Amino acid sequence: MLIFSVFKTLTDQQVTVELKNDLSITGILKSVDQFLNIRLDNIKVLDEGRHPHMMAVKNCFIRGSVVRYVQLPSEHVDTQLLEDATRREALSQVKR
Amino acid sequence: MSSLQGYVDRRVLLILQDGRAIVGTMAGYDQKSNVVLSDSKERVYSIDEGVEEIPLGLYLVKGDMVVLIGEIDEVLDQAVDLATVRAEPIMPIRY
Repeated sequence: MLIFSVFKTLTDQQVTVELKNDLSITGILKSVDQFLNIRLDNIKVLDEGRHPHMMAVKNCFIRGSVVRYVQLPSEHVDTQLLEDATRREALSQVKR
Repeated sequence: MSSLQGYVDRRVLLILQDGRAIVGTMAGYDQKSNVVLSDSKERVYSIDEGVEEIPLGLYLVKGDMVVLIGEIDEVLDQAVDLATVRAEPIMPIRY
């Protein structure tokens, strides 16, 4: 749930998503849902020469289950806040 | 919500877990990203030949199999001569 919130704060930022089929796609993060499915606008595939399959695709929906990594813009992530929120969430789970 | 709304009735490219690429018109979808494509064709990529298009007709793809769904810019797509495109097929998903 925490990561979902992090992603929501990053909408309209540029991110790079690496998929489990080794495809890397850069684009503007448009939306995320609870499965961490991702909508990207203005996409660009890394190494386009090798992957011309998506030449005519400008925006896409990526299924959360096939995402390996997401590269985030570090200037838009408050790591201190994230650490605190993680501790808070962990604590609330111990209490239950 | 990151739903597939906005893709209905559009030409889309579907990439599947096994690396297949299917283009079609999005007829419908649901919460689990199950997708129905009408007028669909598989695009088979290879290094030695141009892209081969295999007509599939009306296709239902289970959400589990979906990797990516992209909206196709039809003007851009028609400008590409698929017979001249040489590329390796997309890799299958490896968990």
